[in-house]
Amino acid sequence: MSLVVDVMGGGVAGGTSIMFAALGETVGERSGVINLGTEGSMLVGALTAYAVATDSGNPWMGALAGAVAGGTLAALHAYLVVFRGASQFAVGLSLLFLALGLTSLFGAAYVGRPVVGFSDWHVPLLSDVPALGPIFFQHDPLLYLSYLLVPAVWFALFRTRLGLLVRTAGERADSLTVHGYSVSWTRFGAVTFGGMLAGLGGAHLSIAYANAWFENMVSGRGFIAVALVIFAVWSPWRVMGGAYLFGMAIALGPALQARGYEWNQFALDAIPFVMTLAVLAVLGRRTLSSSPAELKRVFENAPT
Amino acid sequence: MSVSKSTLRLAAVASAAALALAGCASATESVGSTGDSAAPGKGTKAVGFIMVGPKDDFGYNQAVYEGSQVIKKEFPDLDVLTAENVPEDDTAATTMEQMIDKGAKLIFATSYGHLDAAMKVAAAHPDVVVVQQGNTISGAVPKNAGTYFGTVYEPMYLAGIAAGASTKTNKLGYVYAFPIPQTIANIDAFERGAQSVNPKAETITVSTSSWCDPGKQQAAAASLLSQHVDVLTQHQDCTATVIQAAEKAGAMTVGYHADASSLAPKGWLTGAVWNWGPLYTDIVKTVLAGDFVGSKFNANYRVGYKTGTNPFVLAGFGPDVSADAKAKIDAAQKWLGTDAGSPFVGPVEDQSGKVVIKAGTVPTYAQNDALSFFVKGVVGKLAK
Repeated sequence: MSLVVDVMGGGVAGGTSIMFAALGETVGERSGVINLGTEGSMLVGALTAYAVATDSGNPWMGALAGAVAGGTLAALHAYLVVFRGASQFAVGLSLLFLALGLTSLFGAAYVGRPVVGFSDWHVPLLSDVPALGPIFFQHDPLLYLSYLLVPAVWFALFRTRLGLLVRTAGERADSLTVHGYSVSWTRFGAVTFGGMLAGLGGAHLSIAYANAWFENMVSGRGFIAVALVIFAVWSPWRVMGGAYLFGMAIALGPALQARGYEWNQFALDAIPFVMTLAVLAVLGRRTLSSSPAELKRVFENAPT
Repeated sequence: MSVSKSTLRLAAVASAAALALAGCASATESVGSTGDSAAPGKGTKAVGFIMVGPKDDFGYNQAVYEGSQVIKKEFPDLDVLTAENVPEDDTAATTMEQMIDKGAKLIFATSYGHLDAAMKVAAAHPDVVVVQQGNTISGAVPKNAGTYFGTVYEPMYLAGIAAGASTKTNKLGYVYAFPIPQTIANIDAFERGAQSVNPKAETITVSTSSWCDPGKQQAAAASLLSQHVDVLTQHQDCTATVIQAAEKAGAMTVGYHADASSLAPKGWLTGAVWNWGPLYTDIVKTVLAGDFVGSKFNANYRVGYKTGTNPFVLAGFGPDVSADAKAKIDAAQKWLGTDAGSPFVGPVEDQSGKVVIKAGTVPTYAQNDALSFFVKGVVGKLAK
């Protein structure tokens, strides 16, 4: 397979767990709440999905359970932040460490246990199209679900009344109150939904992509997802592109090495992060100006 | 020289050291306990093991834990202390200090990166023996310290024979974490083993820069498989992802750390797996008897097929390994046990074709441990 197809296909497969989480975080942030515990939601999602898929033998049950677990952790975040007025940053990070500890503790029993995960399913006809087939249509069913989720989330956010409520909670919370809606419950729902998607992202990692559970296996992908939301200026479509771009940057190193290109491994490892910084530097203030207004208030000293 | 004079001298040196260490309490203690430091660890009531990861990782740390449980069984009077997830920084020293407080006078620091902390603890407690697994003490080895390891590259050489004999594409894939000497020796030995039965076999390397990031492992495995590699092996702490990626793609697998044939019933060839019990037992016996100082363990000790108790053994064979390959592996294992045998008998060429080990030279275990280049036939660049 050519290098470009290999890297792009690898980017789609490897970027999907990040994309699920970033898509969820987009919804949460659109309502005005940042969830740094996204990494934690991915972790509990990854473990719960793995455990349920292992014990039930059904990967779909696993994915569903992963979403519920991720959503539960995010609901805790939303409760503390929205109803108890706690600091978003402190709660998010605390929940991440709680998730790390809990998944290490309860996950130990599942390390090395074989799982019945999702198998790759080549989409008839489409998977035979040169280049596009191997890049987009030779993956697992959970990944195909993400193709549907992106337009669905976009549609819900920008074309439905529910989406309007979420966005208003993030832009002009006061006017929501005036119209008799609860800002708190809107945010609670948005953040919980975001956590469910992060849990699905974790599930994709553990039962579709890597087919293994290991403590801390999310390895920072949840934080990349949070950064990606800014990178993608809170747009579902850009989140999709950004996640694939990030996945490709990760896939580039192994693809070059497998072809015998003589590159230093540590230089290759730096590529995704150099790329992220470069894009953030270029977008700079533009991202801040299009940030949901209520989100800006979270950063006290953020320039506007 | 009389005994009393030498004792005095020792005391003087110790006091000077204590002054130099600016009031380090444990160093001052050593002045009064020269008797203990003559036979550090003798008659200890407890033995400590620190591990960098969880004790049930189906890999490196689980093997250590299982070894520690052998000690528990073999020496029922000993208190066996274990600590999991001990990072490779000062936390390791603190953890070892706590074990010493609980009466341990023998400590196994079992991760490569635990060496600095181990040396620090050894310096502060002359009456305690600290042995480190896998790394090498450079310069003079203190009387109460040592490193030990098996020669894992020997079974990897044998596994290379299985891989070289079984491959159809002549392309073998190696997923590794970091270019440390242990890994380099493994990769080189694997390729040399493959070449010994299949001169066309090449080993393509991909690094993940992590001991366990299943996501990166999947990316590494996928990129190798897309290049028509048909045997995958690895040097990673968690191994399930690469093995399953190979099995799903219909490729073969050489395992590492543990027998994972259940994950790859079709593609499993063989692997290098651990058995620490016998070596740990030897070390504990030596220390308990007060014979540690000057023993083979009071050094950078390496044990292999030549000496008999190699903690690395070859795992069982899978269906693809032919009778002919098995016979060749058997013969090679016997040959490795002789003085003339080694995966790195010269001539050994590096990737550029330069002869690094001259024809006829049989390098020592210590020399193998310090390998810093990929041999001819390995594809990939070593990060320096």
